[in-house]
Amino acid sequence: MISLNQNLLKKLVADVEPSTDECCGFFFGPDKGEHRVITKIMSVENSAPDKFRNFAIAPKDYLNAENFADQYNLQFLGVYHSHPNYPAIPSEYDRLAAWPYFSYIILSIINKKFDAIRSWNLNSNFQFEEESLSITYSL
Amino acid sequence: MATVIIPTPLRKFTNNTSKLVVQANTVSDIVQKITADFPELKKHLLDANGKVPSFINIFVDDDDIRNLQQEQTAVKENTIVSIVPAIAGGSPFYPHYSV
Repeated sequence: MISLNQNLLKKLVADVEPSTDECCGFFFGPDKGEHRVITKIMSVENSAPDKFRNFAIAPKDYLNAENFADQYNLQFLGVYHSHPNYPAIPSEYDRLAAWPYFSYIILSIINKKFDAIRSWNLNSNFQFEEESLSITYSL
Repeated sequence: MATVIIPTPLRKFTNNTSKLVVQANTVSDIVQKITADFPELKKHLLDANGKVPSFINIFVDDDDIRNLQQEQTAVKENTIVSIVPAIAGGSPFYPHYSV
């Protein structure tokens, strides 16, 4: 299970919703075994040549994320990206390019409006399985 | 001895160790040694021809080895070698990708 505070979700949606291109980034927080908690989101530039339907993250941005996690003693939990006008389910390209351990969060944006958010993990057969994602609310 | 930074997704294959200290002269030596010590790394760090696959980037200090001498890039005492997985994906409409 992975959880995300409502305020972080709002920030994430505000970042990706206006774009007709795919947006991407990383997230961090404690990993308590069966429960991951996202406490920090890092937006990064999409460096894919065709941003409309693909995303790619430059190696130096990845290195910065690893260094950030190390510096602030956070666990590097995974990668998010948006699917403009497509459901929040991983494509075959997403699966082929995915890595073990990471959570892969996909936000579906339909006509520039947030529609859905879902999280996925690779299993031992390198197939995606959906990971329960909960949105937490603070008073 | 060079220090090798293992990326988060591959630490499950190195007993959750994030940094390995390796005696080596080249990047190739490092890859051979760490895959010998941690065999589950092989399927991620070596292709069928025993080469580092395109979806793995290796940096020697701040430089991508593709801009140096590839896997023959020399490493020295205190060199930091970072293994960087390629991060990418996309929607399914344009399957003109190569991974």
